Amino acid sequence: MSAHATSRIVGTPVPRKEGADKLLGIARYVDDIEREGMWHGATVRSTVPRALIRSIGFDQEIDWSEFTVVRAADIPGENNIQLINADQPCLADGQVNHCDEAILLLAHPDKHRVRQAVNAVRIEYDPLPPVFTIEESEKQQTVVWGADNLLKSFLLEKGDVDSVWASAAHIIEGEYRTGAQEHLYIENNGVIAEYSKESGVTVWGSLQCPFYVHRSLLAVFNLPPDKVRVIQTETGGAFGGKEDYPSTLASHAALLAMKSGHPVKMIYDRIEDLAATTKRHPSRARHRTALDGNGKLLAMDIDIATDGGAYSTLSPTVLSRATLHSPGPYVCPNVRVRSRSWATTTVPYGAFRGFGAPQTIFAIERHMDEIAAAIGIDPVELRRRNFLHDGDTTATEQVMREPVILDKLLDRALAQSDYYGRRSRFARENPLSPIKRGMGIAAFYHGSGFTGSGERYLNSLAGVDVTPDGKLRVLVASTEFGQGTNTVLTQIAAEAIGLHYDDVIIAPADTAIVPNSGPTVASRTAMVVGKLIERASLQLVAMLQQHAGLPVQYSRSDFFEACERCRAANGEVVSRCRYEAPPGIYWDDQKYRGEAYPAYAWSVHVAQVAVDVVTYSAEVEEFWAVQEVGRVINPVLAGGQIEGGIAQGIGYALYEKVILQDGHMANNQMTNYIMPTAEDVPPIHVHFEEIPFQHGGYGAKGVGELPHDGPAPAILNAIKDATGVGFNSIPLLPEDLHRALCAHETVEEPAAV
Amino acid sequence: MSTLDTTISFIVNGESRTVQVPPMKRLLDVLREDLGLTGTKEGCGEGECGSCSVRLNGELVNSCLVPVLQADGSTVETVEGLARNGVLHPLQQAFLQCGGAQCGICTPGMLMAATHLLSHNPHPNMAEIREGLAGNLCRCTGFIRIFESVVAAAANQTVNKVASGPAHAR
Repeated sequence: MSAHATSRIVGTPVPRKEGADKLLGIARYVDDIEREGMWHGATVRSTVPRALIRSIGFDQEIDWSEFTVVRAADIPGENNIQLINADQPCLADGQVNHCDEAILLLAHPDKHRVRQAVNAVRIEYDPLPPVFTIEESEKQQTVVWGADNLLKSFLLEKGDVDSVWASAAHIIEGEYRTGAQEHLYIENNGVIAEYSKESGVTVWGSLQCPFYVHRSLLAVFNLPPDKVRVIQTETGGAFGGKEDYPSTLASHAALLAMKSGHPVKMIYDRIEDLAATTKRHPSRARHRTALDGNGKLLAMDIDIATDGGAYSTLSPTVLSRATLHSPGPYVCPNVRVRSRSWATTTVPYGAFRGFGAPQTIFAIERHMDEIAAAIGIDPVELRRRNFLHDGDTTATEQVMREPVILDKLLDRALAQSDYYGRRSRFARENPLSPIKRGMGIAAFYHGSGFTGSGERYLNSLAGVDVTPDGKLRVLVASTEFGQGTNTVLTQIAAEAIGLHYDDVIIAPADTAIVPNSGPTVASRTAMVVGKLIERASLQLVAMLQQHAGLPVQYSRSDFFEACERCRAANGEVVSRCRYEAPPGIYWDDQKYRGEAYPAYAWSVHVAQVAVDVVTYSAEVEEFWAVQEVGRVINPVLAGGQIEGGIAQGIGYALYEKVILQDGHMANNQMTNYIMPTAEDVPPIHVHFEEIPFQHGGYGAKGVGELPHDGPAPAILNAIKDATGVGFNSIPLLPEDLHRALCAHETVEEPAAV
Repeated sequence: MSTLDTTISFIVNGESRTVQVPPMKRLLDVLREDLGLTGTKEGCGEGECGSCSVRLNGELVNSCLVPVLQADGSTVETVEGLARNGVLHPLQQAFLQCGGAQCGICTPGMLMAATHLLSHNPHPNMAEIREGLAGNLCRCTGFIRIFESVVAAAANQTVNKVASGPAHAR
């Protein structure tokens, strides 16, 4: 695209738009905000996984007249949270279906007294049988959701896998499991809500999707859209964890505000946030794969199960992405993917960076190494023989129309990491050392934007306007929570119009001010919303040229002068654009066939891992990430996304274990839910290849989720290379290594290269 | 003021401050609620994440673990004290240029830990940087650009002068 050669701001490392405020400590997060007469809210939660509520009692030593108490009967509208299905109650009514489910809400002027009062509410239960695992749920002996525990299922079929088994040279089977993972945003969930008869409900909060919260509040309060207002405050990390949960928390605070007549702040502490809010779905994937004598894939039969928790929340769409990423970046003529998400009596699992893809990419990329070992081919070579290329079709029979450069990414990753040199060195050194080193790779794609017809349903609207004090203002509901929305959209608008970076501001993510540009999820912001801002900006220029005397060749001051002529004539200077699907996009929701995503980001990861066979610790010593994400709008921010995602992926593989006891998270503290620290993250080498995607903002595709997909399989493949033992389950903790390596007796030498 | 409150006087970011608060109130809450210094953040409330890091008499502490009576008569430095006359401290400037801050919630504590590190060790090597920041969790960056920020700030000589100023005011 021509802009590539001439761009001034896109592609440069301009500093983060709101960076100085964050560094000065003056950025306003929700807990930094006070309202006149504000009370504090707290939640009384279930202590059992599944039960009928027999009674609710209040200890006498507390003067309850000082408190506002809200229960399900106080809800003026519907007692449910609007998401895909409306099966999750806002407050439990008569029955609880998981530990830490909200039953009762309390508010008081003193935040310490309201927390003490939570412990003075006595709830008695008549227990019902719980279900804690995929295996228990799929037996369907205890039904905890719907008629059969099945939250969602998909069947994706290409060709005829069953025609292949009899004649295949090799058939390799494997089962792979992934655990839950906590987002561990450093800012816990929190909101402030106000209510008045005249204005309705107003919520300020730490959240990703203002219009999701807006929609839920409309139903809970039975109010028209103009009587609900949701404003995002500075948000201290989200990673998907503030996609759906804020709808529940905002409803709770607003119910307390309505009943108490005061603004109500609800800020979870870490213990409550970890116990009660969403996590990444645990998963199980079973692969049966047929190959010919040359190591070419003939058939992939994949069975996926996820644990969705007690309510459906986002499990159907997480399962969809898990399904569509399960075959990996490979060509295979015959593919069958059956996937099911099962209900259990645990806190609902939800969105987390990657959204189902890290689970199934772990499975396929571990499986590829197991196949390579079984048929005696180098794991790099096996991948290379089966990579997708331009013109190939995926498992959904989507033709790859954009360039696919997996070979180039792989070559670069191998060269940068000296993959073969290091492997042969480790093969020599390992037998003489208690430290066994290995190299592992993973190759993968991540679909950018909503799946299939999703972007068409979203029908996003975004725009720009010009403020009376001469700033171009970006109008989006797309939120900043560290990933760079503000900066990237500023760069795109400034580039399109020819303005300075400081000429552009971002409107507050306030449903009363901005149009619904869709949720800030699915690696869609730079690509989809960025394109809307590019179009809206160019449309504004064209409009000013047509109606306000802006010359064809114009300066920055010409632009703002034309804006003022436009304002004098029309009262406003504004340009809005609605989403338009790229041409030729076709998707069949019934058959799960067609263009699963408008674009894909591609990546190859290489991990060097050291396993200490005295302490049984596994340490990632160095990491390489080569990716093609379309045009890189801001190299510093994009690099930071890759590095941060890899660090989370390292935690997913080796550190982070959610321990449930009777359905309650037992390690709900940072003391014993362990994420990688500054001493654990290895040097990470990041390299971008850029192929601009013409339907993304200045050529951008998605970048945010991609880096979480690869570390876990690359690391476990490296551990196999180091120790000769294949591990098919994460997280892989030292005790797991100890158990398996002891059982293995002597550690095998890695296969010769 | 309740009868259980006590008088605490200390120097916060170079200014004398006096508050009447319960003696066991966390320094974190006194800073945020009584002094309006909301730059210091709470992430875990148990001394694991370092988001509430401040310097107390030149030592780096988790202010969520410090009862305010322990700060009586002390010198406290918070993120709000880093910039001078609206000019970013060299560490803040380095974080801005290198991408050391993403969501920003760990940033104030991270800046205080980095300030503390450079005040003792003006030219830390990578292992010393990692160790110096190991008590501060960042979930966004993977730490790499935070390390780069500290390296860049250390390379800027002015940082040492500025950072060591308040550090030795004890």
